[in-house]
Amino acid sequence: MNSLPLITSWLSLGSLEPHPNVTPSVIFGLSWLYFILFLMNVAWTWRSFKKGHHIDMPAFAGGGHIPTAAVWAVYSTVLMLVSVIHFSCSSSPESFWLIMPDFAKTAVDAVVADARYFFAATSIGFVLMLLFREWLARPNVGWALLNLSLLFLTISMTDWDFRQIVGKPDNVPIVAMLFIVGFFTWVFFYRANENDRRAAQGLPPVESVNNEKVLTWPDLVYTEMICMIAATALLVLWGIALQAPLEEPASAVKTPNPSKAPWYFLGLQEMLVYYDPWLAGVVFPSVILGGMMAIPYIDFNKLGNGYYTFNERKFAITTFMFGFLPLWVGMIILGTFLRGPNWNVFGIYEFWDVHKLEALNNVNLSEYFWYGLGKPLPMAPAGSDFWKQAPYILLREAPGFLAIGFYLAALPGLMAGTIFKKFFIRMGFVRYMVFSNLVLMMAALPLKMVLRWAVNLKYFIAIPEWFFNV
Amino acid sequence: MLNAVRGKSAGASAEVAAAGAAPAAPVKPALPPIPVKPPAAKDKKAAVGVDRRSFVAACFAPVVIGFSAMAATSLIWLLDLARFMFPNVLVEPPTAFKIGPPSDYPLGGVSTKWLAARGVWIVHTDQYKGRNLIYALASVCTHLGCTPNWLEGEQKYKCPCHGSGFYVNGINFEGPAPRPLERVGLKLAADGQLEVDKSVKFQEEMGQWEDSNSYVDGSLV
Repeated sequence: MNSLPLITSWLSLGSLEPHPNVTPSVIFGLSWLYFILFLMNVAWTWRSFKKGHHIDMPAFAGGGHIPTAAVWAVYSTVLMLVSVIHFSCSSSPESFWLIMPDFAKTAVDAVVADARYFFAATSIGFVLMLLFREWLARPNVGWALLNLSLLFLTISMTDWDFRQIVGKPDNVPIVAMLFIVGFFTWVFFYRANENDRRAAQGLPPVESVNNEKVLTWPDLVYTEMICMIAATALLVLWGIALQAPLEEPASAVKTPNPSKAPWYFLGLQEMLVYYDPWLAGVVFPSVILGGMMAIPYIDFNKLGNGYYTFNERKFAITTFMFGFLPLWVGMIILGTFLRGPNWNVFGIYEFWDVHKLEALNNVNLSEYFWYGLGKPLPMAPAGSDFWKQAPYILLREAPGFLAIGFYLAALPGLMAGTIFKKFFIRMGFVRYMVFSNLVLMMAALPLKMVLRWAVNLKYFIAIPEWFFNV
Repeated sequence: MLNAVRGKSAGASAEVAAAGAAPAAPVKPALPPIPVKPPAAKDKKAAVGVDRRSFVAACFAPVVIGFSAMAATSLIWLLDLARFMFPNVLVEPPTAFKIGPPSDYPLGGVSTKWLAARGVWIVHTDQYKGRNLIYALASVCTHLGCTPNWLEGEQKYKCPCHGSGFYVNGINFEGPAPRPLERVGLKLAADGQLEVDKSVKFQEEMGQWEDSNSYVDGSLV
């Protein structure tokens, strides 16, 4: 597919390619994108120049300092040249060379088209983000990250399949949402780092020093009004530029393929792949809502009240961010950009092939257990009634019941004596039990996902006879 | 309020009386007679016949009546709504319908002919316990009720909502679906045609696929 433009250019049949990666209008649009990037970086270069920061060169490069502004100036110049190249080359898309290379596409797809690697990548990225928060929250690093993500998005536009999924009117706001999530996460770490540094020096947080009061009128009301107007203008522009996609009339016997929930529910839809509907659709959402309401009553840490901090609330912030970033936003990314026909996982540069085959054959825990022992599943003699069947079914699913029982009943006690010892002492029994069960329920989702991907585990407890599966 | 004040004064006089009855008490001067209340201080309730509480109650009476009426109306509306769920006439195709002779459904095929109109696949297979059977599978995913697609090339039913997959015989094998697709009734009518009956269903995990109403012997073809 990706080598097709090359072949068709040999045959001078470029216009017959049904899914062209590069077209004159794509190149023309990209030239404007690079031009906007160039302008943004000119502004940033100017800011760096005003600030007058320097980068220390390593000893092998002769030491010395170079101004940060110089680096950004060079980068801006490159962006301008790239933009000019796009402007001047848009007439010959077949021979255009500034595209996402095939090996890079293959490498990216190899990671994202496999849910295991995708989840591992988001989890490792999350840990790295926490470890390197000091460095990542520097303004220059933040700007470089923004540039990298925009460059990735821009150059990926030279792929037909990527344009289909990212450029879909439904999905454009989700791309914007990802940048907004990134920005606010960055702002949090920037402010938290500052306060943590001050705390290390024995200074009060910025918020308590810089707490000059302002008037509701005009300060607050004017700000609100400006935000209101800006938001309205944005919605009007959005409504004009991106059309709400209409699909064919609904039919009870034809489900769109893939059939996707609204973007904010894609985390729930992903959960439904791993757990039974009553759990993933009823119990877990209720636990999420109830658990969030319970946080103020569980939390015994009085620090971090009214100011940004990370070091003083490490556990609370890490737990919340893990639930929000890899588990909620990550699942929205997976559901929006990676789930395709038949709910298979596709790479971002991969064609949505309805006939893509994923080798899946799910096995229940009871089957693993009894077949592993070399025995058949315990089964009641044919024609026996409910009361005769029940002991057989319970015996069959005993490994699952034991596993779940251990997880929800025994594990809190074990954790209270080990990793959560301090928490248990501070919280008392009831609060600790609520807390530990919430944490375990939250961990149940990634646990099941990993088990499904690693050993094709279907259900811990599978009693289809009673519509009870866990 | 009035009562409270009155109670207090009564208590006070009782105390005085108790003190007077104590033995060896010094002689006290006789109490002056209780003055007669002037007309203004007399209980107004007896005079007017309306106190503050009954006035407030009178003000609230229309509100109570209004809310009761609304509750009654809502109840009637709810009952009507319940009645609405059981229409006199159902504009739906009959649940039992004929689908032609068994020879229309050769062995090893899944017919999607009745999918759009009736929501069933007609399956003729020997993949279930090695028996040559024709049966009708309801096109409702047993996970959350989407309509799976029959993929001829892969020989499986695949649900577009959460990726559940079923073998040609309807047994679930991938994705989250916890149980096989459901069979609906199928029999050979007197005129030699197959007749589907969607009013009954047969679940494999309940052992109902052994029911002879859930299939037709495929060797008739």
